Amino acid sequence: MSTRLATGGRLLDKTKAVEFQFNGKRLKGYAGDTLASALLANDQMMVGRSFKYHRPRGVVASGAEEPNALFNMGQGAKFEPNQRATTTELFSGLYATSQNHWPTLEFDIGAINTLLARFLPAGFYYKMFMYPRTFWKHVYEPFVRQSAGLGKAPDAETKDADTYEHFYFFADVTVIGGGVAGLQAAKVAAKSGQKVLLIEQTSAWGGRAAVDGGEVDGQPVADWIDATIAELDAMENVTLRLRTMASGVYDHGYVLGYERVTDHQPDVTGPRHRLWRIRAGHIVTATGAIERPLSFAGNDVPGVLLAAAVRDYAVNWGVSIGDRTVVVTNNDNAYRTAITLKELGLEVPAIIDARAEGGGALADKARDMGIRVENGKAVVKVKGTKRVEGVAIGLQAGEGAVLETIKCEAVAMSGGWSPVVHLWSHCGGKLIWDEAEAHFRPDPDRAPKGDAGQAFVTCAGSASGAMGLGDVLADATSAGAKATGKRKPKAPAGDARDEAPMAPVWMMPQGAGAKLKMKMWLDPQNDVKVSDVQLAAREGYESVEHTKRYTTLGMATDQGKLSNINGLAILSDALNQPIPQTGTTTFRPPYTPISMGAIAGEARVATFQPIRRTPMQDWHEGQNPFFEPVGHWRRAYCYNRPGETHGQAVEREINQTRNSLGLLDASTLGKLIVKGPDAGKFLDMLYTNMMSTLIPGKCRYGLMCTENGFLSDDGVVARIDEDTFLCHTTTGGAERIHAHMEEWLQTEWWDWKVYVANVTEQFAQVAVVGPNARKLLEKLGGMDVSKEALGFMEWADGQIGGFDARVYRISFSGELSYEIAVPASQGAAFWNALMEAGEEFGVMPYGTEALHVMRAEKGFIMIGDETDGTVIPQDLGLNWAISKKKEDYLGKRAQERSHMADPNRWKLVGLETVDGSVLPDGAYAVADGKNENGQRNVQGRVTSTYYSPTLKKGIAMGLVHRGPDRMGEVIEFPTIGGANVKARIVDPVFYDKEGEKQNV
Amino acid sequence: MSNAVSALSGAEFQGIAHVKEQGLIGMITLRGDFASDAFKAAAEAVSGCALPEVRKITVADNGNRLAWMSPDEMLLVCDHGAAPQAVADLTERLGGEHSMVVNVSDARAVFRIEGEKCREVVAKVAPVDMADFGVDDFRRTRFAQVPAAFWMSGAESVDVVCFRSVAQYMFDLLSVAAQEGSEVGVY
Repeated sequence: MSTRLATGGRLLDKTKAVEFQFNGKRLKGYAGDTLASALLANDQMMVGRSFKYHRPRGVVASGAEEPNALFNMGQGAKFEPNQRATTTELFSGLYATSQNHWPTLEFDIGAINTLLARFLPAGFYYKMFMYPRTFWKHVYEPFVRQSAGLGKAPDAETKDADTYEHFYFFADVTVIGGGVAGLQAAKVAAKSGQKVLLIEQTSAWGGRAAVDGGEVDGQPVADWIDATIAELDAMENVTLRLRTMASGVYDHGYVLGYERVTDHQPDVTGPRHRLWRIRAGHIVTATGAIERPLSFAGNDVPGVLLAAAVRDYAVNWGVSIGDRTVVVTNNDNAYRTAITLKELGLEVPAIIDARAEGGGALADKARDMGIRVENGKAVVKVKGTKRVEGVAIGLQAGEGAVLETIKCEAVAMSGGWSPVVHLWSHCGGKLIWDEAEAHFRPDPDRAPKGDAGQAFVTCAGSASGAMGLGDVLADATSAGAKATGKRKPKAPAGDARDEAPMAPVWMMPQGAGAKLKMKMWLDPQNDVKVSDVQLAAREGYESVEHTKRYTTLGMATDQGKLSNINGLAILSDALNQPIPQTGTTTFRPPYTPISMGAIAGEARVATFQPIRRTPMQDWHEGQNPFFEPVGHWRRAYCYNRPGETHGQAVEREINQTRNSLGLLDASTLGKLIVKGPDAGKFLDMLYTNMMSTLIPGKCRYGLMCTENGFLSDDGVVARIDEDTFLCHTTTGGAERIHAHMEEWLQTEWWDWKVYVANVTEQFAQVAVVGPNARKLLEKLGGMDVSKEALGFMEWADGQIGGFDARVYRISFSGELSYEIAVPASQGAAFWNALMEAGEEFGVMPYGTEALHVMRAEKGFIMIGDETDGTVIPQDLGLNWAISKKKEDYLGKRAQERSHMADPNRWKLVGLETVDGSVLPDGAYAVADGKNENGQRNVQGRVTSTYYSPTLKKGIAMGLVHRGPDRMGEVIEFPTIGGANVKARIVDPVFYDKEGEKQNV
Repeated sequence: MSNAVSALSGAEFQGIAHVKEQGLIGMITLRGDFASDAFKAAAEAVSGCALPEVRKITVADNGNRLAWMSPDEMLLVCDHGAAPQAVADLTERLGGEHSMVVNVSDARAVFRIEGEKCREVVAKVAPVDMADFGVDDFRRTRFAQVPAAFWMSGAESVDVVCFRSVAQYMFDLLSVAAQEGSEVGVY
């Protein structure tokens, strides 16, 4: 039975009791507890069910490496699954439930899987779900979906109630890990005067040393830690941060830090998590080491913990896992647990040391304290299912014969220590196998390299393989000096390590049979056993990466922090090769999972994405129209009146515009000023037509192609004066074409005298369209807008109704039309003035759909409808807009290639259904026969299709094989419903082919 | 000009810093050859500012500011009403010199972030080292998802420029970054 001790608990504030709920039970802990320590203090040994076999699982570790104690945390808008109890600080009102069981943690139907374990070996899913093929959709997939995942997914309709943010930070040296190594490295770096950031993932400084003790320069290590923190805190050039985990190291000294700002105090106002985006000159990883479990049968029974974790719970939180703890080890370090427990008045019935030679000084001390030490022995199996009841002891060299059974409530195991090399490895730092410690440690000669080939990560302390306080401090001192490039100061003197060599023990006992191996867990979170890895090897898996995926070893949310080395040792053994030859799997960020909210930062709700607003946006919103996204803008698709469908609204808007007067907010159209003595020459290269011959005061429609010849953008160019042009682009093209122009000017024609400026947003632009457009402008007065003064495709500056205006007589609707630009700050007022004065003409705003229909009636193409990046102007019958006089323009040579000049290309035509219906958008016209893939041959497709209120029938444009040569021919378009629609190939201009209406 | 309104008409937010839209501000894009005496003379005479160094901003007695935007572009910040005349003056002084002078006042929105924590608010949304950002520094960068430029308008005050169409986004963004309880505490 685990319980709270009367004394101890260096991190606890026993004056502050904290109430929390677990599976509906009200429990008590103290300020300073983690959820794990608080649960153990309440004898909650079982914390969840395993993923595959639903076996009872308990807390194994005390930190970020914990595989089992994952909970559903919080409720409603604060719900989050898979939260690690060992890294969750307890707070008042915490609400947690266990995962992966039904109906309850104590009684779980899914536990039947454990009886079926023989039938659920490695690769079960691959083998099982292959056949029969038809089972996948209706049997296997629903089954897999039901059983996949540990925690519950949050409710899809619930919005996270918390906020998150990013923070950009720059430091000369970033030290990761606030144990003694990190503190010493930070101190050395800081004393050089460089800017230092020190981050620690837990809520306390000092790391393991604070628990394990020892002396530094003759004083207790705890005092040294306090003094060093105080010293660092007082330095201007040092930033200290607790509760901040380095999640990844990326190229160029980039580090992501995950700060849990209010997780431990959810009632405090402010962001929950803060993602630090750190740019560091040099990175020091002082991330310590993680203890490895031992592989013996029943090593997953609740009550079997890592030896150091048992020590942590006792010292940090005053928690005893059981009255009687058996320690099982292959190294000296675990003896500390026995000694600590004994000193706290708890019983240690035996230390089972797998080494025949046994331990060193610590073992002697344990014996002196009266603890029974058994050398060359092994735990054959653990007794108990939902909690430890005892251990059966045998010979490590044997096959599992039980010599003795020892009753106990807890087992503290230690299989040696592995440096935390994750961050070192993220950017390509290489590892070497250390035979003496049986672990991989960073190879300092093969560090992650920066832009100049320099190492930009250095490991310090246990993370680099230094074990023992003295070695750790010496190594950290070197690391701090290396990070700054300064001379190494004298390292503080720490206790020397006085330990007998450890022995690699990958299986216990070494000759265990199949039955025991099926109960030896390597990866408790994903339920991978020794037998699974051996099976994979037998089935031919040699690569550790393949074995990982086949068995799912190390693929759970803990990313195999406890299981990787043990797993690949078993694999190496099965493959009869040394461990370094097998190698490790790839370490990738994040070190431990980080919240999706932290990644998104502020980008949610109103700031999810920038929405661009025109100066008249408030007015539009006041009409409650149906908006559509156009780039990042929101443009009104149509202005529905009460009771109107979209179709009815569009029809009304078009009829009003064609018959009298409509207004369009055209502010979103791109407006680029191109100026300089070479501006004409420049535009001649960018557009397919000739722009240099344009006379000031005139406008010309132009096409822009990529250098591959494909149509990229279009718009009207106005020549302002000899040196200056104003180029209109499509709404979505403004920034893109601006960049396109700058690129050519900066990289290819850098010696041409041309400047470009994007003035899209300087102006509000309104299209005043319809037979009464001129009357409206004349009514407002201020300038002559008659046909004689301002002809079609001309522009003029002047005043309209008191507003400074530039008026372009251009038309995308086929009607008499003026596009008027006024300063953006006056856009709203100008729009209001037009609406007010237009009342007598029944003026209406029209939306983008009316715009589209009216241009289609006129046979005008739309970039993005008639073009898709594979269409050249010649396909669209725009040869008239391609200058034959020019020596060159972007795309010219490409358009002369044989395939581009092929008469068999699909070309633009109008399409008129025989029955007057509207063709489905994107429909393909079928041709005879089938292609080599057995698909029906096609001969064309619809690019734009609408109901035309003007012509009162469906109209469409499309690209059809040799289309213009086949006028009058009827082709067939199959629809999704199955029926074919017949359409006649016609001229794409359906309305006012002579252009009389726009030229009045 | 009574019809002229800024994008957000002076919207405000108070959190760990004070955020306020600054109303209409004059801005002129000035492109040319910085090495040319004519360019330098025109820019300095009309703005009243010294030509700024790379990534710097200078200020004139009348409050005008001249900022370095790129190797061939300056930004003149002045009163909104004074911008048209300044454009005319610059254009005239530059004469035949290859250059570009464009009034972009209305294409922009300006926000002021004021308070002790103003640097932290910026560092939450812009990839800039705010620890050493000085009063004569100027930066073209991004604020979260939109382009922006900024300078210190005082020891505890930052002025941010963005495009007018995204003024609402910028205001919302700065309000989130300045939310209560979000002090980082590093500067």
